[in-house]
Amino acid sequence: MHEFLQYIESYLTSDKTPGAAGNWVWELIYILLVFVGLSVSVICMNWLERKILAHMQVRLGPMRVGPHGLLQPIADALKLLLKEDIIPAEADALIFWIAPFAVVLAAFTVFVVVPFGPTHAITDMNIGILFMLGVSSLSVLGIVMAGWASNSHYPLIGALRSSAQMVSYEIAMGLAVVSAVLMTSLNESGTGTLSMIGIVQAQLAQGEWFIFKFFPLGLIAFFIFAIAMVAETNRAPFDLAEAESELTAGFHTEYSGFRWSLFFLAEYSAMIAVSSIAVTLWLGGWLRPFPNWLSGTTWDRMFSLFPGVTFLFLAAMCFYNTVRMPKHPLFRIQTIGLAGFGVVLGLIGLILFIPAVSFRVQDVFWFSAKVAAFMYLYIWYRGTFPRYRFDQLMQIGWKVLLPIGLGVLILTASVALLQPMIWHP
Amino acid sequence: MTDSNTSLSHLDLETDKTFLDANELVINMGPQHPATHGVLRVILRLDGEKVLGLECVIGYLHRGVEKIGEHRTYAMFNPYVDRMDYVAAVSNGLGYCETVEKLLNVEAPPRAQYVRVILTELNRIASHQLWLGTHALDIGAITPLFYTFRDREEILKIYEKYCGARLTTHAFRIGGLQYETYNGFEREVKNFLDFFRPKIDEYEELLTTNRIWVERTKNVGKITGEDCIALGVTGPVLRASGVKWDVRKAQPYANYKNFDFEIPIGENGDTYDRYLVRMAEMRQSVRIIEQAIDAIPEGPIMAKVPKVIKPAVGEVYHSIEAPKGELGYFIVSDGSTQPYRLRVRPPSFVNLQALDLMCRGQLVADVIAVIGTLDIVLGEVDR
Repeated sequence: MHEFLQYIESYLTSDKTPGAAGNWVWELIYILLVFVGLSVSVICMNWLERKILAHMQVRLGPMRVGPHGLLQPIADALKLLLKEDIIPAEADALIFWIAPFAVVLAAFTVFVVVPFGPTHAITDMNIGILFMLGVSSLSVLGIVMAGWASNSHYPLIGALRSSAQMVSYEIAMGLAVVSAVLMTSLNESGTGTLSMIGIVQAQLAQGEWFIFKFFPLGLIAFFIFAIAMVAETNRAPFDLAEAESELTAGFHTEYSGFRWSLFFLAEYSAMIAVSSIAVTLWLGGWLRPFPNWLSGTTWDRMFSLFPGVTFLFLAAMCFYNTVRMPKHPLFRIQTIGLAGFGVVLGLIGLILFIPAVSFRVQDVFWFSAKVAAFMYLYIWYRGTFPRYRFDQLMQIGWKVLLPIGLGVLILTASVALLQPMIWHP
Repeated sequence: MTDSNTSLSHLDLETDKTFLDANELVINMGPQHPATHGVLRVILRLDGEKVLGLECVIGYLHRGVEKIGEHRTYAMFNPYVDRMDYVAAVSNGLGYCETVEKLLNVEAPPRAQYVRVILTELNRIASHQLWLGTHALDIGAITPLFYTFRDREEILKIYEKYCGARLTTHAFRIGGLQYETYNGFEREVKNFLDFFRPKIDEYEELLTTNRIWVERTKNVGKITGEDCIALGVTGPVLRASGVKWDVRKAQPYANYKNFDFEIPIGENGDTYDRYLVRMAEMRQSVRIIEQAIDAIPEGPIMAKVPKVIKPAVGEVYHSIEAPKGELGYFIVSDGSTQPYRLRVRPPSFVNLQALDLMCRGQLVADVIAVIGTLDIVLGEVDR
């Protein structure tokens, strides 16, 4: 028993990821943490999307289940779990059954290499980014399986659309990624890295996030990725695969209940996954903003307060709205609930002010904050843009993003080659 | 692929054999489908994503309105017409009342005429707002729907205050109006106009120059003016194809000849032009209401109409410019209290004929856009 505890403790002093340290207990803990964290963030995302979209559209969104609809995602999840599990009579039952799991598996597996901090990743693969791109594109298999096994026209068209879309946008995406990977090799030894943690450390070492590198080349590559990732995850304005007004629901038309919720889960975790790639590659991963402009230990300490301040701010919002709740006896439980939620958020905020905690957690905070910004963009796109047509979508992928991506890659390579000759002859 | 409709044969397309040698795929869109605006059923023949042809199956909402008309007195039938194009109930009522008035040879007093024009033009705005919201929703822009519904609410409030109903208003009576305008009617309509003018700009800001919107609507569902005339298509669809035909100007009814307004027309006859035409029509409607609200005369609101309406033997056809096109009523009277035959010429039904022509050779996504741009209401198509 003592040895076991020592085994667990021994990791705490290491500066490696649990995978790299080979500590299987911590690996399990991290896997559990990532899985739970991901599920919770999908639930939060569900609520946030409804609320933000609602406020963009001059409505209130969910307001009844819990204060300000906070319990709506849980109610929805319960509803989905309790629904009858239907497999259409004409469907290919086995493939129909496997498809949602394939999609979820692909969407969750990529998080093995996502670096939430220098040591906060399940493992650090030396081919991390390649692994992420590869595994995340496996989800198209599940979608095609779902569309085919449903044995119905709408899902079939939806599946065909989405597979064509995902395959063609992966190329533009890959080119953008390569140009970022190329930037990691701009050091003394000239060795680049594909490891997710290595990429962020390269940005730290070069003192520049890759979005600003070789301005505007990094920015353009980032934009290509930012567009391609929306298409890759089948979200508005590229949500043709599940275009509600055309194909009723696309590839998951025949799915219901728990299976449908798996697709939902996979969609949102895929969104988080591609956003984390973008954050890692161009936005400095877990690094805090303004590392050069506001440098020094004082600023470091100031920025380490951010996680706590954020949670205190959320708690303050809760309390403000508790005061504004209708003073009717029917609302008493909701009011108490909202206040309780605020207290929980406030306590988390206070815990985050403990230096030892904030030191360990601030990496994760900055990473999540950057990913959250992308999530907001996803919602914003959905609220503003009409949907592209299939041929236009393909045109953008092949005729616009691909050439620009190639150009950026070649230019990045040439600049990287020429730079040392010009500035350090 | 053969099509018996020879007059439109120049648009028939051969199956594209090179496209993966795909077989035709027949898809049933509707009658329960989020984008067919009700219970329209469209049988699509597809080659991949390309539409080879389509067939509309209608009648899911058939209530036999015309037959009902033969068994009701003239006054009793009046509320039924509201249930045809329920989005533009006031226009339907205006058409019916004017037709019976023509049959009886009476004319509504000037004050009634002005109030009728104001309410009908408000209805045109409301109908176009609903069209814009749902059309944008079909193309994937989900936000404009809520904006248009928010603003349409203000019009419905005016209706509610005027006659108690919001949707199926039964606002007009044969010979004039049942109700005098309520206190502050003029002020509220003016307030609405001031409120609404910037809102049109807001809608346009969201869509008119939106690249995706333009790409999705330009050159989609093109139809020429000749084809429109051949098929009997009227309303904004006809005008967007460059034919300047508006019943309000061509055969002025009510007192439209007193107002100064323009008929917006398009050039290309595509979905984008139809969008622009309808947006311009909303502005023109605002113009008409502005003039009317300042010029409402005092006086009676009801002409001398007998308690029991018994028109002389004869027949009459009268049409008005409803928001969706030419709405006509044909009534044959046998001298009794009920029409011998009542026929409605619904713009949605006639315009829907053009769907096949407009969708040939386009993609599945365009079918949705074209159904939206035709602005059909199934209550009126099926009657």
